Amino acid sequence: MVRTVVGAHYGIGSWLMQRISAAIMGVFAVIFLLVLLLHPPASYGDWKALMAHSWVKVGMLLFLLSLFLHAWVGMRDILMDYVHRTGIRLALQVLVLVSLAVYAIWAVRILWGN
Amino acid sequence: MRFSIYRFDPDSDAKPYMKDYDLEPDRGDTMLLDALVRIKAMDDTLALRRSCREGVCGSDAMNINGRNGLACITPLAGLREPIELRPLPGLPVIRDLIVDMEPFFKQYRSIKPFLINNDPPPETERLQSPEERAELDGLYECILCACCTTACPSFWWNPDKFVGPAGLLQAWRFIADTRDQATAERLDDLEDPYRLFRCHSIMNCVDVCPKGLNPTEAIGKIKGLMVRRTV
Repeated sequence: MVRTVVGAHYGIGSWLMQRISAAIMGVFAVIFLLVLLLHPPASYGDWKALMAHSWVKVGMLLFLLSLFLHAWVGMRDILMDYVHRTGIRLALQVLVLVSLAVYAIWAVRILWGN
Repeated sequence: MRFSIYRFDPDSDAKPYMKDYDLEPDRGDTMLLDALVRIKAMDDTLALRRSCREGVCGSDAMNINGRNGLACITPLAGLREPIELRPLPGLPVIRDLIVDMEPFFKQYRSIKPFLINNDPPPETERLQSPEERAELDGLYECILCACCTTACPSFWWNPDKFVGPAGLLQAWRFIADTRDQATAERLDDLEDPYRLFRCHSIMNCVDVCPKGLNPTEAIGKIKGLMVRRTV
């Protein structure tokens, strides 16, 4: 099929989201690593105590959501680069989206579960 | 000097092959194209494009030892032997070192590479200040040799959809031109996951450009304008 050469009028949003999510992950990773270096958790109990702080939970969730959004744009880019059959590409994109949504729900369960 | 040159004649060859040539360059042979012209005299079945022989026309772009460049401004000295010459990657081969440039020019045409200004033409030129004119430096020098676009993996995978570095550099050349009135339409046309956003900024284009231009920077400026009008 010959694709008509004209802009789809979207794309800057995803591009911007990928950059912003990368910045959020970078900032959180540095802060979290500093915390681990200054107060290295020695035991399972220490880890549980650290993860019980609500700011750690919120920060970790923000980090993970950024990771999933970042991964969505990146995975979509890879599929658009290399998978040229539209049906297969769409199916794989849905698979990635569903997986990331499941990971997000799972992350909330882990962070606020027992 | 030993050369290993990609040969393919669709009329007689089932598959492309590499053919070796030994050539003692003359004292006046400084550039790769000088040697190629001599090889062509030895074996006139070798097909290649060349014209101005000084890096202005852009017709002798080829893959030289794995790197795209213009044969006419690539010094022979310093090339590792055997000097491996192949056609530009990612475009259909017509014969030997000659490729079909149509996919490249189709993308170039798609960005409307001409000034769009609906005001009545003035008596004299449409004037620019020296600063406005300076905006076009590093953009207007492009000779459309296709070295950059055919070095870009994103163009290899989606040549029918991705505009490619040369086309996007020229798109920015007209967006940056103060005399052009179609910035919004140009941005609308480019804002597309394929046409613009296949660029992942790996900068192969900058690496190979024989004129020392920077398509990645131009692409960044296009994205910057899009962010400014969206956010």
